[in-house]
Amino acid sequence: MITLKPDFCDIEPLDGHLLSTDDYASSEARWCSGCGAHTILHSVQKLCSDEQLPPEKTVFVSGIGCSSRFPHYMKTYGFHGLHGRAFPVASGVKFRRPDLNVFVITGDGDCCSIGAGHWVHAIRYNMKMVVLLFDNSIYGLTKKQTSPTSPIGTVSNTHPTGSVLPPINPIQATLGLPNVSFVAQTVDWKLAHLEATLKKAFDHPGLAFVRIVQRCPVWMRDTYEPTVKDPNAITVLHHDEGIVLGEDALKKFRHVKDHDPADIVKAREVAELVKTTTPIGLFYQNKNASRYDEYGAHNLGISVEDRIDAINSHMDKYAI
Amino acid sequence: MSTSSETINSATSTIKRDKIKEAVIEIVSDSGEGAQKCGQSLGTISAKMGNGVWTVEIIPAEIRPPARSKAGASGIRVRMGSNKITNMGDHADMVVALNEQVLYGRIDQNAYKPGTYLLIENKWATHTEETKVAYEQSLLKFKELGYIIHEIPMEKECLKYVSDARKGKNMWVLGLLCNVYDRDLTIAAEQVKSIFSKKSDEVIQSNLDLLHAGYKWANENLSMHFTIPSKPSEGEYVVMNGNEAVSLGVMAAGIELCSMYPITPATSASHALAETIESAGGIIHQAEDEIAAIGFAIGASYAGKTAVTITSGPGIALKTEFIGLAVMAEIPLVIIDVQRGGPSTGLPTKVEQGDLLSVLYGAAGDAPKIILAPATIEECFHYVILARKLAESFRSPVFVLTNANLATGVQPFPRPNIKSAWFSDPIDQSKWKEGVKAYDWDPQTGLSKRPIPGQKGGMYTLTGLAHDEESHVAYDPAINQRAAESRSRKLAALKQTLKEPIINGDQSGDLLLVGWGSTKGAIEEAVERAREKGAKVSSLHIHFMSPMEPGLKPIFDKFKKVMTVEINYSDTIGNPLITKENRRYAQLAWYLRAETLTDIDCFSNVYGQPLSPIKILQMLEKTLDLNLIE
Ligand code: SF4
Repeated sequence: MITLKPDFCDIEPLDGHLLSTDDYASSEARWCSGCGAHTILHSVQKLCSDEQLPPEKTVFVSGIGCSSRFPHYMKTYGFHGLHGRAFPVASGVKFRRPDLNVFVITGDGDCCSIGAGHWVHAIRYNMKMVVLLFDNSIYGLTKKQTSPTSPIGTVSNTHPTGSVLPPINPIQATLGLPNVSFVAQTVDWKLAHLEATLKKAFDHPGLAFVRIVQRCPVWMRDTYEPTVKDPNAITVLHHDEGIVLGEDALKKFRHVKDHDPADIVKAREVAELVKTTTPIGLFYQNKNASRYDEYGAHNLGISVEDRIDAINSHMDKYAI
Repeated sequence: MSTSSETINSATSTIKRDKIKEAVIEIVSDSGEGAQKCGQSLGTISAKMGNGVWTVEIIPAEIRPPARSKAGASGIRVRMGSNKITNMGDHADMVVALNEQVLYGRIDQNAYKPGTYLLIENKWATHTEETKVAYEQSLLKFKELGYIIHEIPMEKECLKYVSDARKGKNMWVLGLLCNVYDRDLTIAAEQVKSIFSKKSDEVIQSNLDLLHAGYKWANENLSMHFTIPSKPSEGEYVVMNGNEAVSLGVMAAGIELCSMYPITPATSASHALAETIESAGGIIHQAEDEIAAIGFAIGASYAGKTAVTITSGPGIALKTEFIGLAVMAEIPLVIIDVQRGGPSTGLPTKVEQGDLLSVLYGAAGDAPKIILAPATIEECFHYVILARKLAESFRSPVFVLTNANLATGVQPFPRPNIKSAWFSDPIDQSKWKEGVKAYDWDPQTGLSKRPIPGQKGGMYTLTGLAHDEESHVAYDPAINQRAAESRSRKLAALKQTLKEPIINGDQSGDLLLVGWGSTKGAIEEAVERAREKGAKVSSLHIHFMSPMEPGLKPIFDKFKKVMTVEINYSDTIGNPLITKENRRYAQLAWYLRAETLTDIDCFSNVYGQPLSPIKILQMLEKTLDLNLIE
């Protein structure tokens, strides 16, 4: 049952008790009914149970927004911080605590607008963590303002006659960054694909960036409903090294496109498809990208005596 | 080398030397000519000989201001004496200027008095006609002002040893000053070797040659020679600047992460750390911005690692939202603010004590936190360790407010004997006691123990939203009140452990000066000098800014007048539109008025200069209507 790689975290014996999804559930989620976030929460709880993650060694870090309430619904450690600032906090957690499983829960405003600077650098730091971007293309918690991923023409409280700026494509943006190591996209309503994506992201030895197209039936029903209903709207990226679906699951998709996730140039081309269809799957993976958390862990556990010696020899330089 | 220095030493013995108690020396030049290295070395050599020392850097605002300009004065002031020195002193006794134009800036700042020796490079004669005229006019002006001028062929002499005089003058001048002030040449040579220890043997040798040449030249050509008796110090001493002291304090506190973003004048603390922190169990993270720097540190602290972030005022402004979160979620964190002139980007390299109120109150809502202000270089070291202990015990961000003056000032102090007890305790990962909540606020003290990721049974979700004891978002109206009380109560609990400040001088009198931070030495020296002239003035210095030290009101009541002395802005009564009623007060005065309901006056300014005793004495003359200065 335990599928973690031994170097990923210290696993304590579970006393023969296997953790079920319920063991990871805290209070009842307070998202609107029909919100895509519910499905994601259950899939993450399933991932935790499948991987038997010790709850005390698992940390969910979020920013602010509908999605960012997520840590409150997990019975693990959580950090629900400031708008746009989940990345620096999560990076600080992981940098000197390599034994912790770190997840970042962020939304389109949180990640791509107020926290965009941190997003860029988190990709560059490439610490081992799973980043779930809940992208509903709207500001939900503050009751419908335009988000950086809202399609042109989105009618919102800040743009009553329709938004005018072209949206950011988070997949394209991420693929353009140095040291990018894992970029995937899925949708909250294709459960098998969502779960397979989470699993693949969790196994990745670096920062796994997953954009989850998420339904917000309250503010964005008109935008997502056609995609949800139209079997032609989604294209599955298919490859043995990608998100692998069972045959039955794969059959449910009309459009399948072969895409080798080792090829970043192709990945960028596929990301362009977003304009006409919603490609889901693994765009890019590089398991060998350099990891800053490995650097952060290199001098852990130096003895007190050695520390004192180091300080004293530094102090010698100032001695008179 | 030793032979040549012996010859010179025997030559010096024939020189008549005036015994002096102390000297204030400035070395000024355009940037990049190494004046600061020269002065720091002079300070270190003097400290090694057992003299009291204080150095202050003279820094232009730009990295490379126009050469030969008034704005370009870069350099250093060294005050050294037989006894302990606690501040930069009044006027300089001697100035070595690598060009004459830079002196104008210092003269404007009233750094010199008639009778000051000006030693000036004499290369002017070979310059263009225009420069020559400017030079002659400068010299004339300086003579009129009463300075004693010596023209020195620095460049010509240096070119005998190096091909680029810009790279040699500083060590030649060091040699000259060592001769003028009777500094031990063996210690000086050791100092030169240590500065250039990373350079090739040839570089070391040519700098030693310059040192000895400067020494010899002064011996043969100058008429003024002094000696400053010293007491070789008992016990071991170290000499460093405040940022270096902070960096050593960070390591001695056992801090495992320093997360920062470059900002003047704080950055050099992380430069000092960069060399050693990894072998002392820590790491520096240079974040993408100030906000990320503190967020990263907070993440590490939340996960049980000890963290510090080092910055200056504009960085604090950016970090404010995270500071509020650290208060709300009760995350231990040391925040070092090396204050500079403000507001906005203000005076990046210049001293100010302008962040007190903004760190006290500059957050969204009520965010009580602990604030310390070291007054000396030595305290810069020890207060970081103290801050770390307080941060963990009180689950609170703790500020250490230093400033540009402490950051770059160099002072000797007893070598700290590093103790393992100073290190933060390793994180407790044992099982969390069942039933204990994440914020199990003690009703008396507001304190609670915190669970750390990895601890079984302690799982909670930290939040910046109002929350109850279990860290659940507060929906009960009473909880916000209770939580705010608990966070505030911690300060009252800490205050109970603090002692009253000690009064320098009599316990009652006409005037009490109150200071904080780096001005302590100047204030105390001014008070002592005024008292010798019969003034009934005392001073006290506050080190704990929040919670404020206890017992102030009864102390204040024993003085006819109480006045703060600070380096920040206050209105001057009598200036256009300014009356006693609408005056804006200096920051500590403002705060103390509120704390003690006492009518507290203030003396403050924002010239970007450290306060000198003479400035405070001039103020005392006016305030007390006494004649205190000869
Ligand atoms: S507003 Fe939209 S995104 Fe937010 S909880 Fe409701 S449905 Fe979900």
